[in-house]
Formats: sequence, C-alpha cells, structure tokens
Amino acid sequence: MQISSSLLKNDEKAIFSLRGLYRKYGYSQYKMSKFEAYDLYVRNKDFLVSDNIITFTDAGGKLMALKPDVTLSIIKNSPEERGVVQKVYYNENVYRATKESGAYKEIMQMGLECLGDIDAYSVAEVCMLAAESLSFISPDFVLDISHMGIISPILEEIGASHAAKQEILKCIGEKNAHELAAICARDNLDATLLCALVQTYGAPAVVLPRLDALRIEGNSSAIDDLISVISALEKNGFGDKIRIDFSVVNDMNYYNGFVFRGFIEGLSAGILSGGQYDALMAKMGKKAGAIGFAIYLDMLEQLPEEEEAFDVDAVLLYEEGAALEEVSDAVRLLAEDGKSVMAQKCVPKKLKYKQLLQLQERGVAVIENHA
Amino acid sequence: MQSLKTMLNIALPKGRLGEKVYAMFEKAGFPCPSIHENNRKLIFENPEKGVRYFWVKPSDVAIYVERGAADIGVAGKDILLEYAPDVYELLDLDIGKCRMAVAAKKGFRDNPQKTLRVATKFTNITKAYYAAKGRDIDIIRLNGSIEIAPILGLSDVIADIVETGTTLKENNLEVVETIVPISARLIANKAGFKFKSAQVEALIAALRENGEKDD
Repeated sequence: MQISSSLLKNDEKAIFSLRGLYRKYGYSQYKMSKFEAYDLYVRNKDFLVSDNIITFTDAGGKLMALKPDVTLSIIKNSPEERGVVQKVYYNENVYRATKESGAYKEIMQMGLECLGDIDAYSVAEVCMLAAESLSFISPDFVLDISHMGIISPILEEIGASHAAKQEILKCIGEKNAHELAAICARDNLDATLLCALVQTYGAPAVVLPRLDALRIEGNSSAIDDLISVISALEKNGFGDKIRIDFSVVNDMNYYNGFVFRGFIEGLSAGILSGGQYDALMAKMGKKAGAIGFAIYLDMLEQLPEEEEAFDVDAVLLYEEGAALEEVSDAVRLLAEDGKSVMAQKCVPKKLKYKQLLQLQERGVAVIENHA
Repeated sequence: MQSLKTMLNIALPKGRLGEKVYAMFEKAGFPCPSIHENNRKLIFENPEKGVRYFWVKPSDVAIYVERGAADIGVAGKDILLEYAPDVYELLDLDIGKCRMAVAAKKGFRDNPQKTLRVATKFTNITKAYYAAKGRDIDIIRLNGSIEIAPILGLSDVIADIVETGTTLKENNLEVVETIVPISARLIANKAGFKFKSAQVEALIAALRENGEKDD
C-alpha cells in the first residue's frame, strides 16, 4: 500500500520515521497493556511527571491505574541477563492530569529504553538516537545535554543540607544565579562552583574548554564521560545541534548520569526528555543500568500544518430514491480520477468543496466550480 | 528587517512597574519609540532592533512566557512563587522591591493551640510557608481588599504584598513576619531561549552593565 505523506499529520509522520530509525539500530517494539497495578506507581510516585493517576478497581477488587508512564512497566518486566543490553522502543498512550486545570489527558508518547549492562557506547548511542529523532521531526532543533554525576558531587563537596540541595537544584534548573548566591550566603556555602555551573552552557566549542573549572575529585570521571559522548555526537554530525547545559536537572533520587532535553523551534517546551536512571533501577531491585528518552508527540500539534483550503474535491448530489448502482458508479469513477468525493443528498453547511456535482438522468452535471 | 521568527517577543507588566522596566530596556539599547505614542495599542514593534513589546496583566506575564507567546518577560517574584511556571529566571532587576509579609491587627498574639485563619491572594506561597513551619492554617482566598479581613474578624492574619506599609498603618494593622522579599525578575521561555540565546544574552549583558553603573 502506498501512503502519500501529504495525508499524514505531523505526529503520524514522526511515528513512521522514528519506528524505522529505532528498528535500524536493533530496538524492538515493546507493546503493553493500558493498565498496570496502581502499586507500581505509588512506590515510585516522584518519578512520574504528574502524581495525579487515574485509578479504578478491577473485577477482582485490585486497584489498577491507567498507565501514566511507560518506563516503570518496562523496568518491571525487564529480564536480567549479564553482559547484555535490552533495547526496546515504544509508542503508547499515557494518561496524565494537566498542570493548570487538572483535567485528564491522553498523551501520545514515543520513546526508547536501553536496560542492562550499559556502557559508554550505549549512552552515546541513545544520545545520538535522541538527536537523530529530533532531526527527523524538524531540522531546527537543539539537544541539551547535562550530567547529574557532575552536579551532585559538587553539592556534596560544598556540604549543602538536604533541603538546601533541593533549593539549589531548582535554581540551577532556572539558571537563577542571583537566588543561588542568596541561598549560599544564607547557608554559608561556597557559591563559586555552583555559579560556574549555572553560567557554563552553550555549544561544545564554547563549553568544553571551560569544563575544567568545574572539575573536582568526585566528578572528574563524569566530566570525562561527558567529553567523550559529546565528541561521539560531533563525529556523527550533530556538533552544531547539541548544547551542554547544566540547567537540565532531573530528580537525583532517580537519575544519576547523563540527562538531556530536546527542543524544536516553534514549540514552547521541550519535546524530548530523557536520561540515565540507574538509581531508579536499583530502587526497583534491578542490578543493572538504564538509559532512555521519551518524545511527547502530542506537542507536534502546536507546529503549523498546511491548512487545506477545501474539505473535499467534489460533492456529488443525488436525488432521494436514486438507484444505488448509479450513485456508486458515479462515485467510483470520480474517485478513480483521483478526486475525493462526498456523496450527499444535500450540501452540508460550512463544507468547503471545489466542485458541486449532481447525478442526473443523463449522467453527472457540474453545478458549481470553485477551484 | 528581521523576520517574525527572529524578533524577540517581550511581555511587560502593564502599569508603573512595566514603564520602569521599559525605560531600563530602552536604556540598554532596545528602544521602541512607538510605545510612547498615546494610544490604546497593546503591541509595539521595532524591527530594526528586533524587538516586539506587549503589555499584559502583571499576573499573566508568567503564562505568556511559559507558553512561549513571549520569549522573555518581567514578573514579580511573588507571581513566580505563586504559579511556579517552568521558565528560566535570568536576572533580578532590583526594581519593584517589596516583600510578602504576614500582617495582623496591632497587638495580635498568635495562639498556637488554634488553627490560624489566613486571608490571602497568594494561597500557594502561604500554604508552603506555614507547611514548612508545621502550622495548621485555614486559608481564605480573597481577590482584593485583603486588609479588611482581620478587621471584620474574617481572618486572624493576612499574607500580602507590603510596599511602604501605609495601607496597613491606616487600617491599624502591622507586619508580624516577613515571608519573602520580592523584586522584579527577568524570565525566559526555556525553548525560546535555545533559539534566541544570542539576543537574550545581549539584552541581559546590557541590563547588567547599566545596573552596575547605577549602583
């Protein structure tokens, strides 16, 4: 079957091309049920973007949830096999409450996860696939890359309390240097490294030479990891699309390594979000590493799409009681001509059509022509 | 002339603060002379400088910026704390200074054995403040004239913005404690910042430079 790309919406186009991309790198599709036991989510509530979960009781009296997230289910079902990396991608609907109104929303999400014996190559591959996924959606994209393993040791080093750490992370996420300085002054902490962290962002060419200013004993290897992944991405031709930006901070309780976020020009928020979540794996009792990302395809609706000037090429009017065969023949002939045809007994209000045709005794007559 | 795409969209809070902010931006080298024309227009452009200003309700600035209708904007810290928008907070403009404070009738004594009734417009800030103290409160959400709540016995205290304290004094109220100092902040849409970072950075650098000169 041939599918014309003009028929596809932005998100449908993305799904097709991304599926092809992930299969090319050996990722297999992970299909899952719409429900999951509520228990799974309640134990890892902070990992979820929204803690408003839709629940219901199943026939056996068990509390179930419409899945708000795919990653947790994938982790739960991942087999443990030493030395192997399980590579899966998914294309699923998830259910979340919106921040403003609290109304439930069905969100189309596509993503991939790499679980198991994660090494530098796996990380680079996932980052590369994240960049490539964005490039499939739009040529004007930016992938922000950060590393929690660079940030958290700095927080430890300066001796921030648990409460202060949360405040500091929030400031880093907001690029908020003035508030950061105020917190450090209040708690008597050294702000030098933290301020450097906030001010160090941009293209690799700008940031790489400045990374040494952030180097302490605890994050030295993480900085080296970041440098090698960035250079792998540059080799793959994404040098001008990636930015090192430490304002991408994810929850330290779950994410421990690389974290990244993807942006597309014209969308008001990040469309891709992901990272390395070994800490979550450990919480769920898995002795393995993991990295993955999700793409929020529903956001593509915000991108301008070509408005079609007409709803249909031709409206074919036929009389009440016209022979079925005649109507069907006329429709088929028009359709075979490559036109879209809508057979009606009268013209629907507000419908925009190029041609108005009428089935008469002697054949089809043109009544109006707008094209 | 710059295309629409590369124009920097700036949301300013309508009112006195917004005018002060515009003056700062003008001085920083991003003027838009048509803004001084006396009319009811809400959007002003200066294609040569690549800026488009618009006036919106102060409490809406964060929404315009978070949703990307504006690339940057200026909002009070009170609004940012209350609505917690997902934006970058790039600069403290050091103007529009005031504080969020708890006030009560003169001579008020808090009885910790009773639930404290607090009237406020800023329910999230208030809840977070008292939750951190472990104090049980009853929030009464009002939209204006908060000061009369304790006078009429509607609430024990109020949590509101205090600038000079004149309104409080005239109503026989006084500040009991300060919740947080407030000033105007420059915020930016996270995605917009990725694609217009050079423009935003140039503006911030100029604002900083002027700010230091003034000090």
